[in-house]
Amino acid sequence: MNKLELIKKINKLFSEALIIEKNPIIKIKISKTKFISFMNILKTNKDLSFDMLYDHTAIDWIYKNEFELIYNLYSTTYGYHIIVSVNISRSDPRIITVSNIWSISEWQERETYDLFGILYEDHKDLRRLFLNDDWNGYPLRKDYKDNFMLER
Amino acid sequence: MTIHLRNLNEILRTPKNNKIEKEYFINMGPQHPSTHGVLRLILRVEGEIIKEIIPVLGYIHRGIEKIGEHQTYRQFIHLTDRCDYLSAMINNWAVAKVVESHFQIETNDRIETIRTILSELQRLQSHTLWWGVFAMDLGALTGFFYGYRDREMLTEILEDTCGSRLTMNFIQPGGLMYDIKKTFSLKVKKYLIHLKAKINEYEDLISNNIIFQKRTQNIGILTKEMALSIGATGPVLRASGICHDLRKLEPYGVYDKVKFAVPIGNTGDSWDRYLVRIEEMKESIKIIEQLIDNIPPGKHMTMKFASKIKLPTGSYYGHVETARGILGVFIVSDGKEYPYRIHLRSPCFHNLWCITKIAIGLKLADLVAVLSTLDLIIPDIDR
Repeated sequence: MNKLELIKKINKLFSEALIIEKNPIIKIKISKTKFISFMNILKTNKDLSFDMLYDHTAIDWIYKNEFELIYNLYSTTYGYHIIVSVNISRSDPRIITVSNIWSISEWQERETYDLFGILYEDHKDLRRLFLNDDWNGYPLRKDYKDNFMLER
Repeated sequence: MTIHLRNLNEILRTPKNNKIEKEYFINMGPQHPSTHGVLRLILRVEGEIIKEIIPVLGYIHRGIEKIGEHQTYRQFIHLTDRCDYLSAMINNWAVAKVVESHFQIETNDRIETIRTILSELQRLQSHTLWWGVFAMDLGALTGFFYGYRDREMLTEILEDTCGSRLTMNFIQPGGLMYDIKKTFSLKVKKYLIHLKAKINEYEDLISNNIIFQKRTQNIGILTKEMALSIGATGPVLRASGICHDLRKLEPYGVYDKVKFAVPIGNTGDSWDRYLVRIEEMKESIKIIEQLIDNIPPGKHMTMKFASKIKLPTGSYYGHVETARGILGVFIVSDGKEYPYRIHLRSPCFHNLWCITKIAIGLKLADLVAVLSTLDLIIPDIDR
């Protein structure tokens, strides 16, 4: 797995992609507007062919008023492994779904919606995954409170 | 750009087509013996043919990721035992591996060798239980007793080593909780001789049994493309013909020093998933046999238990190959003793998703066969 080669390829294909970390896993930052076209390239380009979405999750940066979305991608053809990160506003947490590209993200996005309240545009079946439909709030947010929580 | 929030009641009330009087919903679980835990599947069936599967999760959701934000890294390890409880040892290693590689904790050869042996033992323990349960799901109760008998002997060895039968909490950042006992290698060697003979028995009983072959061959075919797009890992992915095993691709522990093969299937049906696991058991035995006589001397722990682990600010990801697939640990640290965010990429969560695609058009009884060969652990899905 040649990391420099991969970085060159990505820079050539998509100049807006910002490489913020190189070790041990390449981490790429992308803006919300360019996000879906970048993800499409990662999947369909024959030199990259990121065919597996290992993992998708979010981080609540409450002091920056932002959610950071993490997409963990793997290419079985070349053995490349990258992390794509997108920052979205905390007050309007919307992002376009990638479930047309990787089928599993339909579930991963439902989990992230359930626990973080991130709204995925064009998602076919957006509903809570673990919690009840009538649950109030999103538990993995840092400001989440309910009556059963103990004070620390 | 539309966001349409749905709920379960809405889906169950909406008619799918005009022939609605022929179709009806069946509720499978959460207390169904063949779902091995509290998995609930809502099935839309026409006669005996499955038309749609709606999995309903969360019956054992404990919010492990939220609890993890208030636990130190060493405390978090005991929570990973409770995810995939049949790969507890390997789950412990996953967290320990991430913490060690980013906190500059050096381990020695003895620790890595023992860890490798223990995780292969754990894989054997998991697969023997799976074999028994698989036989029971398809109606052969004898297989269940055989599988449990052989698992029990292994569980006793693990209990003797770490004091616990299910929730090991044994592999820690920096080493192992205790050193292994002097009798450990002898016991393991004895057990391997026993198990090798028993695997032949397994094959006589089920692999060569025409009823089992007819019930699993060409049932629940998971194609290569689908397996990749659903993010399946472990035996489920390998049965679809993709050689993807972290033990080979990114060797950790002492996997780069041992010789073993990665069994892969052809078609990706239930039968292939069965065969891949049986072959994996044989490979695990080979790995342990190569290591058990050559455990190097040294300390079992390289750091003090009381010392605090504070990962530097940043995000870290590491993964290991458990008995069911890839367990990834994603840690975001802000430099404190507790993680800012900790996320587990669980193998069963991803493996289960394909059931909504591959089991459509099958008969109800075949769904049990497909579920069984996916080898699901529900607490691992719900976390």
